[in-house]
Amino acid sequence: MSEKPILSVRNLKTYFDVTKGLFSKKQIVKAVDDVSFDVMPNETFGLVGESGCGKTTLGRTIVKLYDPVEGSIEFMGKDIANLKGAELKAYRKDMQMIFQDPYASLNPRMTVGEIIKEPMIIHNIYNTDAEREERVVELLRIVGLKPDHIRRYPAEFSGGQRQRIGIARALAVNPKFIVCDEPISALDVSIQAQVINLLENIQKEMGLSYLFIAHDLSMVKHISDKIGVMYLGHMVEMGKSDDVYHRPLHPYTTALLSAIPIPDPDVAKAKSRILLEGEIPSPINPPTGCPFSTRCPKATERCRKEMPQPIEVGGRMVACHLYER
Amino acid sequence: MALLEVENLKTDFTTDQGMVHAVRDVTFSVEQGEALGIVGESGSGKSQTMYSIIGLLADNGIVNAKRITFDGKDIAPENFVNKKTYEDAMKDIRGNSMAMIFQDPMTFLNPIMKIGDQLTETIMNHNKVSEKDAHELALELMRKVGIPSPEKRINQYPFEFTGGMRQRIIIAIALANNPKLIIADEPTTALDVTIQAQVLELIDELKKNSGSAVIMITHDLGVVAKLCDRIAIMYGGKIVEIGTDKEIFYDPKHPYTKGLLNCIANPDEDDDKELEPIPGSPPDLLNPPKGCPFVDRCTEAMRVCKEYQPEVTKFTETHQCACWLCHEKAVTK
Repeated sequence: MSEKPILSVRNLKTYFDVTKGLFSKKQIVKAVDDVSFDVMPNETFGLVGESGCGKTTLGRTIVKLYDPVEGSIEFMGKDIANLKGAELKAYRKDMQMIFQDPYASLNPRMTVGEIIKEPMIIHNIYNTDAEREERVVELLRIVGLKPDHIRRYPAEFSGGQRQRIGIARALAVNPKFIVCDEPISALDVSIQAQVINLLENIQKEMGLSYLFIAHDLSMVKHISDKIGVMYLGHMVEMGKSDDVYHRPLHPYTTALLSAIPIPDPDVAKAKSRILLEGEIPSPINPPTGCPFSTRCPKATERCRKEMPQPIEVGGRMVACHLYER
Repeated sequence: MALLEVENLKTDFTTDQGMVHAVRDVTFSVEQGEALGIVGESGSGKSQTMYSIIGLLADNGIVNAKRITFDGKDIAPENFVNKKTYEDAMKDIRGNSMAMIFQDPMTFLNPIMKIGDQLTETIMNHNKVSEKDAHELALELMRKVGIPSPEKRINQYPFEFTGGMRQRIIIAIALANNPKLIIADEPTTALDVTIQAQVLELIDELKKNSGSAVIMITHDLGVVAKLCDRIAIMYGGKIVEIGTDKEIFYDPKHPYTKGLLNCIANPDEDDDKELEPIPGSPPDLLNPPKGCPFVDRCTEAMRVCKEYQPEVTKFTETHQCACWLCHEKAVTK
C-alpha cells in the first residue's frame, strides 16, 4: 500500500505516578508501554484487551487528554505528542471522541441543540446561530434522531438515543478521526447493533477513520479492519481482523478468543476453552520479562527474564519469543 | 413434579409516576438439575421475576401469583397468613435449598467481615454444626471453587480479593448448603472475558457434579448457549418465547427472538454479515402497550397485535411462543 497512514503512533509511553504519601517509594503505573501502530484513512482499528490493559489510556493519550511520557503520535503527517494551545485546539477539531457512558458524557442541563452546537462555537465553525442550528438539524437526521429533539434535554432520551447525541456532537466539527471508547458496552443488545450500523454508515459517507476500543471481542471483529490486542500496557499482537481472529499467534490472543461465549449452543457446548490461570498482574508490579509469562501455558525460562520485541510474522505483528528464530 | 413452578406471576411497583408493571403474567417451571436461561434486555423484568419468587423485592413491589411452588412447598406470598410468616419461611429457604449469585460481588459481600466468617455464617445459619466444623466446611468450599491457598485466604477481607475471586466466594457461599436451585443474576457481567470463561466453566462443572438446578438470568446469548438446557426470552415483562437451547437458537419463532439473534455478531462467521438491528427501543412499563409488548418494533406487526395480547402457541412439548403470527388462524402460515 502506498497510502500514507492518517495516524501513526510510535513507541508511545504513558505513565502515571501513583506514589502514596510524601516519603514513600516512587510508584509508577506504566499504563501504555512502548506501543506502536498505524491507522489508514477510512479504516477502523480495533483495540481489545481486558480491563487494566491500557486500551482506554492509549485512546485518551491519542486525543491528548493525557500527555505521553515518550514517543510520537503523528496525525496527518504532523507530530502532535507535544502540541499546546491553539495548535492543540486545531488538532482536536480533526480528532473527536465518543465516550462509553452516554449518561455521564452529556450535560444534563443543556438541551440537545446546545450540546451539539457547543463544539461548533468553540471551534468557530459557523458565523451565525441560524447556520449552526441548521447544521444541528442535519446532524440529528444523520444519527437517526428527529429535528424536534433539538429543544429536549438528555434525560428524555434512552441510552441508545443518548449515544446518538454523543455521535452527533463528535461529528459537529467534521472530524477526520474518531476515537470510540467502548461506545456500545453500556447499551442493550438490540440497541448495540443500531449504533454499530450507524457508525459504519457514517464512516462510509464521510470517509472517517476510527480507533474502536472495546472488550466485546465479537463486535470489535465485526466493525474493525485491523485489530490490536493489548495486555498490561503492551501491544502483544496486531494484524488484519480476520487473521487475528482465525489464526491467532500470541498465546494470550488465543486464550482471549477461546473465552468468547459463542451464541450457538452446539458450538458453545462442544468448544474447549483455553482457560487462563489466575488474573492480570498488577500494573504497578508487572512481571519481569514478557508481561503474559505468569499466565502463559507456553512460557519458558526465557519468557520470564527477557521482554519479547515485536516482530513481523506473515504480515502481522506479534511480540512473543515463540515466533523468534 | 417440577422443582419450581410459577404460574401467572405479576409484579407491580408503586412509584411517584404511577404503577410500573414490571412482570406481567409469567408462567414457567424448572425441573430438578436443569439449567434454565432467562434472557432479556434491561427493564424486561427478568431480574424482578426472580426477586419476586425469592422474596427479595423492593418495598414498593407487589407480587401477585396464582401459584409459586418450590420443592413441593407453596411459597406464593399471598398464601401466607401475614408478611412475617412469609419472610420467616423464605429466610429458611434462601441460602439453604435456594441460593443466589449476584452480579456485583463487591456489594454482596460484607466489606468489614472476613471471608471465612461470611462463609461459616451461611453454614451455621441453616445447620447445627460447631464453629470448627463450619470452618472446615468453609475451607472445603473454597477449594471446590478453586481459591488458591484457602487456609490463608479464609482470614482475608473482600478487598484483598480480585473481582473473579470474589465471584468465586459468592459461588462458594451459594453452594454452602447444597442448594436444590441456584439463581444466578448476571453472574459474569462485571467480569473480564477470560475471568468470565473461568466462572462459567466453574458453574457448569458444579452444576454437573452437584445436580442443582440453575436459573441463569442474563442478557448475553453466548452465556446461555454455553450453560443452559432451556431458554426463556423475556420482553416487556412477559415471556415471549420458551424452548430448549436448540429450539431457541436454531428454530426461533418470535420476531423478537429472531431479531436478537440477528443483531449479535458471531466471531465464528467468516464473512462479515450486516447486523440487523431491531429498530426503536423497549416499551415503557408504566404504560405497557395494550396488545403485544413488541408491537411497536416488530416489522411484521398486524392490527390484531396492537389490540390483543397474543395467545400462546405450543410447537412441541418444550417450545412455545406468544405471537399472533404463530397462531393457528394466522394467514401467513
